[in-house]
Amino acid sequence: MSELKEKGNALKAMNAKDRKRAIGDIMMNNAMFIIIAIAIVLIALKEPAFVSVPSIINIINLTAAKLPIALGVGGCIILAGTDVSAGRQVGLAACIAASLQLTTNKLFPEMGVQAWYVALAAVIVVGAILGFVNGFCMAKFKLHPYIVTLSTQLIIYGIILLYLQLGTNSGQTLSGMNPAYRELITGELFRIGNTVVPMYVLYSVIITIIVWVIWNKTAFGKNMYAVGSNEEAANVSGVNVVRTIIMVFMMAGALYGITGFMDAARIASVNATTGLNYEADAIAACVIGGISFVGGIGKVSGAIIGVLLLQVIFTGLTYLSVDQNLLFIVKGLIILVACAIDMRKYLVRK
Amino acid sequence: MNKNQEPVLLRMEGIVKEFPGVKALDGVNLTVKAGTVHALMGENGAGKSTLMKCLFGVYHKDGGHVYLEGNEVSFKNSKEALEHGVAMVHQELNQALKRNVMDNMWLGRFPKTGPFTSERKMYDMTMEVFNDLGIKVNPKTVMSSMPVSQRQMVEIAKAVSYNAKVIVFDEPTSSLTETEVEHLFRIINMLRDRGCGIIYISHKMAEIKRISDEITIMRDGQWIATEKADDLEMADIIRLMVGRELTNQFPPKTNVPGEPMLEVRNLTGMYNHVKNVSFDARKGEVLGIAGLDASGRTEVLESIFGIRQRKEGTIKLHGKECKNRNSGESLKNGFAMLTEERRATGIFGVRNIRENTIISSLHRHKKFGPLLGKKSQYEDTQRYIDAMRTKTPSQETQIRSLSGGNQQKVIIGRWLLTESEVLLLDEPTRGIDVGAKYEIYQLIQNLAHDGKTVLMVSSEMPELLGVCDKILVMSGGRLAGEVDAKTTTQEEIMTLAAKFA
Repeated sequence: MSELKEKGNALKAMNAKDRKRAIGDIMMNNAMFIIIAIAIVLIALKEPAFVSVPSIINIINLTAAKLPIALGVGGCIILAGTDVSAGRQVGLAACIAASLQLTTNKLFPEMGVQAWYVALAAVIVVGAILGFVNGFCMAKFKLHPYIVTLSTQLIIYGIILLYLQLGTNSGQTLSGMNPAYRELITGELFRIGNTVVPMYVLYSVIITIIVWVIWNKTAFGKNMYAVGSNEEAANVSGVNVVRTIIMVFMMAGALYGITGFMDAARIASVNATTGLNYEADAIAACVIGGISFVGGIGKVSGAIIGVLLLQVIFTGLTYLSVDQNLLFIVKGLIILVACAIDMRKYLVRK
Repeated sequence: MNKNQEPVLLRMEGIVKEFPGVKALDGVNLTVKAGTVHALMGENGAGKSTLMKCLFGVYHKDGGHVYLEGNEVSFKNSKEALEHGVAMVHQELNQALKRNVMDNMWLGRFPKTGPFTSERKMYDMTMEVFNDLGIKVNPKTVMSSMPVSQRQMVEIAKAVSYNAKVIVFDEPTSSLTETEVEHLFRIINMLRDRGCGIIYISHKMAEIKRISDEITIMRDGQWIATEKADDLEMADIIRLMVGRELTNQFPPKTNVPGEPMLEVRNLTGMYNHVKNVSFDARKGEVLGIAGLDASGRTEVLESIFGIRQRKEGTIKLHGKECKNRNSGESLKNGFAMLTEERRATGIFGVRNIRENTIISSLHRHKKFGPLLGKKSQYEDTQRYIDAMRTKTPSQETQIRSLSGGNQQKVIIGRWLLTESEVLLLDEPTRGIDVGAKYEIYQLIQNLAHDGKTVLMVSSEMPELLGVCDKILVMSGGRLAGEVDAKTTTQEEIMTLAAKFA
C-alpha cells in the first residue's frame, strides 16, 4: 500500500509532461489488465448471465483445475526457461491415472481397480521422472529448455500412443472409471445456490499453498529465483545450479501429474489428445500474471491471476458464442501481446 | 604552447536533464578545444555518463545547448553523432563478437561493388586505418578471440574512420594492462596532435594527470570547475570531486599477520595456463596478486574457489586439506570469493537487495525444518546495509537500480555474511569512485585486523602497494615472485610481471 502512495506522491511531484509520460507508462505496463477489464464489462453488458453466480463459480472451478499446471510451468519460466512438454505430460498422467481406475480394463485385463492413492503416487512418480529427464538435459548438457522440452513432448506423445495400444485397447478412449475415484475429485465440497463447488478446488488450493511455501520460504525457492536471474552468479554464490534446475523441473512434472490425475476424473474420458495445448494456456497465464521470460521474476499470486483472467476471457467469449476456432487466434495474440508488454518493463531504458 | 588559442570544437552549455524526482544534470557546461584532451571527472553518479548520453542523443536533454564548431546540434542517436564526427569509445564495448574485425569496422556502411559488399575493399580500407594508427591486428580476426585491449583499438579505429573530430573515451583503461595503456596513450596523443578534441572519462588520477590538458569536475549533477590540468594537484581534484578533504588514499595498516593459515601447493589449471603456483598466507594477512592481463591472476583465485577446474594442486586451511570442488563446498570450507565481473557473475539484477545479500548464507535462516525465517533475513541484510553504508531506498529495491559502487557493497556484504576465514577478492574496487574505494580499503583492513586472510587481485598497482602486506606477482600463468609491499617498488613488480610473459 505504501508503495502505491509513494508512486502517487512521485506523480504529483512531476511536471505535466513527465506526468503524462509516467501515466502512459503505467497504462502500457498494465495494458493486459485494462484490456481484460474492458472485455469483461463489454461481455457482461451484452450477456448478463456471464456475471451470474453459476457462471462465476464455473470460472473459479476451471481456474482451480488449470492452476497446478500453470504453477509447474511458472517455475520453469522463472528459471528463464520454458516447458512445452507440460500438456503432453498432463495427457500421459491422465492416461495412467485413468488406466488404474477403469472398471473394465482393456489395457491391463488382469489388474483390478487400484486405490486412488496408487494412481496418484504413480502419476507423481512418472511426472517427477519426466521432469528429471528435462532438467538433467538442460542442466548437464546446457541445452536450451525449448529444445529439450520440444523433444520430450514428442517422446511423451509417442509413449501415450503406445500406452493406449496396450492389451486390447487399441488406442481407444478410456472411460468408465471407478466411481469412488470420480467422487474423490468431482464430489461436492459445498454448494452455493444450486451450483456445486467440487472437491478438486480444495486440492488446488492446498497445492497452491504448498507451492507458495516452497517458492517463498525455502532455500530451494530462493535458489530458483537466483538461478533464473543470473545462473553464473548463482554458481559462484554456492548455489548448486544443476540440482536446482533438475528439482524445479521435477516439481513441475509432479504438478503436471496431479493435474492429469484430476483431469482424468474431471473430464471422465481420456484419449491421446487429452492435455493437448495445455502448455500454451499455462504459459499465457504465467506471462499475463507477470512471471517473466526475463527470468528470476514471478509470484504464485501472478500465476493465479493469470489463470483466472484467461479463464474469464474464454468463458466470456464462449458466452458470446464466438467461433471455437477463433479462440486459438485470440489465445495466440494474448501470449504475444502479454510477452511484449512484459518485455517492455525490463528493457534497459535509454 | 598556449592552449587557449585553440579553436573550440564542442561546447555544451547549461545542460539540464531531469528524471522523475531527480535532477541528474543541473546546468552543466563543457568546452572541448581542438587538439586537447579534456578530462571529465566525478564520482559515480556525478552525472558524467548522463552528460555524454545527452550529447549522443541517448537521453533527450531538458535544457541547454550543444554547439559543434559553432553550429547548434542536437543528435537523435549515436549514429547521427558519429556521422557529424562525434564518436564514443565505450567502457563496455558493444561489438558483434562473433563477427570479424572489419565487419565490425564497417557495420552499417559496408563498402560495395554494385549491389554486393566487397570484402577486398573492406580489407584494404581497414588496413589503411590500422597502418595509420599503428595498430597491429589482422582485420579478419574474429572479435571474440581478441583481448579487450585490441577490441578497444578496433573501436578507436572505427571512430577515426568516420573522421571523428570529437572522441569520447569512457573508462578506456579499466581492463587494460600497463603496456596496453601505453599504446592507448600513444594513440590518444596522436589523435590530439591531429587536432581532435578528446573527452576522457576516468577514475584513475595518475592517468588523468598524465594525459589531460584540461579537467572538468562534476559533482551531484553540477558543474564544479574547469581548470588547466597543470594547475590542479591530485589532492585538489579529489577535494573538488568529493566535496570534502580526503587526506589519505589508503587507511592506516593495523593488522598483524599471525600463524600460517592457507597453504596452496602446485596449483595447475585443467583448461588454462596456470602452472605450479604455490604460496602460503597467514592469518590476518592481506596478500595481493599482481600481474598483467591474462597472467592467470583471476584463474588462481577461481581455481582455489573451485569454480574453475584444477588439474593438480592441494589447498590446505589450518593444515587440513580442502577439496573445494565447487563454490558450495568451498563456502563450507570457509572460503568466499568476490568475482571480477560484477554484472556477469555477481549480482542477481532483478532480485532485491535482501535476496542478493543472503543468497550465500541461507542456512543461517532455517527456522522450521527447511523453512526460512523472515526476521533474521531482514536483520542480516540491514546490518550489512548499515555497516557498508550502502545507499539504497529499501531492502526491496532491485539491485540493478543501484550504482556500481553500491552494488559492489551489497555483494561484499553477501560474502561477509558467510563468515568465511579466507576472502578471495578479484578487483574489489573496479569501476568504483574514490570515496567508496576508501571504504572498501578500510573494510579489507578491518577484516585482516579481525584475523581473516584476504587474497586480493588488482590491476592498480598503487592499490596493491597501499593495502597489501605481501604481493605475489604472476606472469604467464606462473608465479614470478613474491615481494614485500612495504619495501618493493612498482618497477620491481613490473619486472617480475614481465618475467614469463
